[in-house]
Amino acid sequence: MPPVQGYMYPNEIELAWSILIVVYPYITGLVAGAFILASLERVFHVDAVKPTYRLALLTALAFLLVAPLPLQLHLGHPERSFEMYLTPHTSSAMAMFGFVYLWYLMAVLLLEIWLDFRRDIVLLSQRTKGLKRVFYRVLTLGSTNISESALRIDDRVGYIVTVVGIPSAFLLHGYVGFIFGSVKANPWWSSPLMPVVFLFSAMVSGIAAVLLVYMFSTWYRKKTIDMRCVDTIARYLFYTFLIDCSLEMLDLIHRIYEADESFRSLDFMVHTRLYLSQIVIQVYIGTLAPIVLLALTQLLKLSEKARKRIYAVAGSLVLTGVFAMRWNVVIGGQLFSKSFLGYTTYKIGLVTKEGLLTGVVLILLPLPILWALVKLLPPWQDAESLAPAGPVATQGDD
Amino acid sequence: MNISRRQMLILLPAAAVAWEAVLAGTPEASPNYKLTEHWWGMLVDIDKCIGCGNCVRACATENDVPEGYFRTWVERYHVSDYDMANPVVDSPNGGKNGFPPVLESGGKDFFVPKMCNHCADSPCTQVCPVGATFISPDGVVLVDKTYCIGCRYCIQACPYGCRFLNPKTHTAEKCTLCYHRITKGLTTACCEACPTGARQLADLKNPNDPIHAYLRTHEVQVLKPYMATGAKLFYHDLDGSVR
Repeated sequence: MPPVQGYMYPNEIELAWSILIVVYPYITGLVAGAFILASLERVFHVDAVKPTYRLALLTALAFLLVAPLPLQLHLGHPERSFEMYLTPHTSSAMAMFGFVYLWYLMAVLLLEIWLDFRRDIVLLSQRTKGLKRVFYRVLTLGSTNISESALRIDDRVGYIVTVVGIPSAFLLHGYVGFIFGSVKANPWWSSPLMPVVFLFSAMVSGIAAVLLVYMFSTWYRKKTIDMRCVDTIARYLFYTFLIDCSLEMLDLIHRIYEADESFRSLDFMVHTRLYLSQIVIQVYIGTLAPIVLLALTQLLKLSEKARKRIYAVAGSLVLTGVFAMRWNVVIGGQLFSKSFLGYTTYKIGLVTKEGLLTGVVLILLPLPILWALVKLLPPWQDAESLAPAGPVATQGDD
Repeated sequence: MNISRRQMLILLPAAAVAWEAVLAGTPEASPNYKLTEHWWGMLVDIDKCIGCGNCVRACATENDVPEGYFRTWVERYHVSDYDMANPVVDSPNGGKNGFPPVLESGGKDFFVPKMCNHCADSPCTQVCPVGATFISPDGVVLVDKTYCIGCRYCIQACPYGCRFLNPKTHTAEKCTLCYHRITKGLTTACCEACPTGARQLADLKNPNDPIHAYLRTHEVQVLKPYMATGAKLFYHDLDGSVR
């Protein structure tokens, strides 16, 4: 396939947004999805998913800490990015990123994690020694009262934070979709459905990620997987995926039926340059296959072992499919000319600032961060966790 | 003219300071120019364009445009009378070195010079997260390269493909309508270099500008009017097949 086919405006031949801009919505999607799964237990009292609750929060945090990195690396002048806080251009969808990010990180996620782990942090600050003790003491922020009434207040405030957090998670990722959906110059992006599609695909990917992290960590710790928990998560994954898939189908059918001036160009692109990533990976491997697999677990009475395997495979396929979706939106949206007369090629560097290696490292980076977070704040609700919840030794009245 | 040693010693540092400004591309001040008295646009007469590429070369030289990127370029359209919806377009190196002979027979051929449309409601300005790109009070869309963070959102938002990221400065770049020239009463480099007068700088606020007589007596069109960008690059005899 020639690098340029037909006619591209000369400044369009080189893509402006690279794989890093694919990684960015992928990671924020995982954050939003993981948080929404956590909120199921907290706000909607789905007790079955309790074993993943704290793990989901830490997963969201690990990914959220990495979320701004691809953007920073992508900027031509990263040293000026702080200007977005100092002089935000209010008409710009992108200008709000910093504020939405900080709100979500500081006001929602960190606060909720702190409230949820406060009892553990206080206990750890009493049981550990040396530097660790200092670390946990700092984390207590001076609040060492873990009496029953204090924990009840924590729980109440945590509930309010989660209630605020759900629309915030929606805002975080819906907003990412809006960055693309509001570009009227680009018919591949310009759609009011874009924020909604991004949001549901985010929920799908986040739920799948937490499912996999939970199954892997339980296996790694040589514990028994709580089947009621994974069955429930898989059921939510299935339903959310059906909604996500329906929305994407609606978008597709709308485009095909309306067939505006961009349609022929976009259709040609999907059947040629995007065929592998869109049709094969996103639709067949990343959507239809996991939906069929998850449907099997809903319809048939399968053994635990079979269900576990199916969940692991379906979860991995979902994560692959959602990544492909991000790729097809971001990269696909730049492969055709705004003249609708030609197509270009994305030349990805390997070991460059915005190359493949950077993208892979950024996607994997949240995993060691999550490992560290889990080590510092064990989220397990089983025998390995600290003393069982409930009244514990109190200390002071502060 | 004789210059004494003393005068030379005084002149040299002044020349050094001036040379620094020349190298940095800093335009000298235009104290008599009043921003509010102008509203700039451009008129392109498709019939007159011969595709020589003078404008592209003049722009590149005047504005130090990096090789492979274009603040202005020229497209050649070949529109078959059997398939008007699918024109064949080429623009080898942005038309900088002119065009090879036409290969397709039948139909019509014409050249379309392109550049920033200096839109009054520009989508590129709307999306800039820090306000580094802005519309000047005299209607020119400009980029402050000392403020641009290089996010490239404006490049995505431009429906006409007029922006690029300068590989040296790592900031967004585009046609400035030769702002350093027009504020001194000169025309743009592309207009100056055009041998047929196909491009005409237009001051829409100046009642004596010939653009007004032209707009009254000719049919003009802008590119992609459905984008509602308030484009101020007016084309005369623009074929419906042009994108």
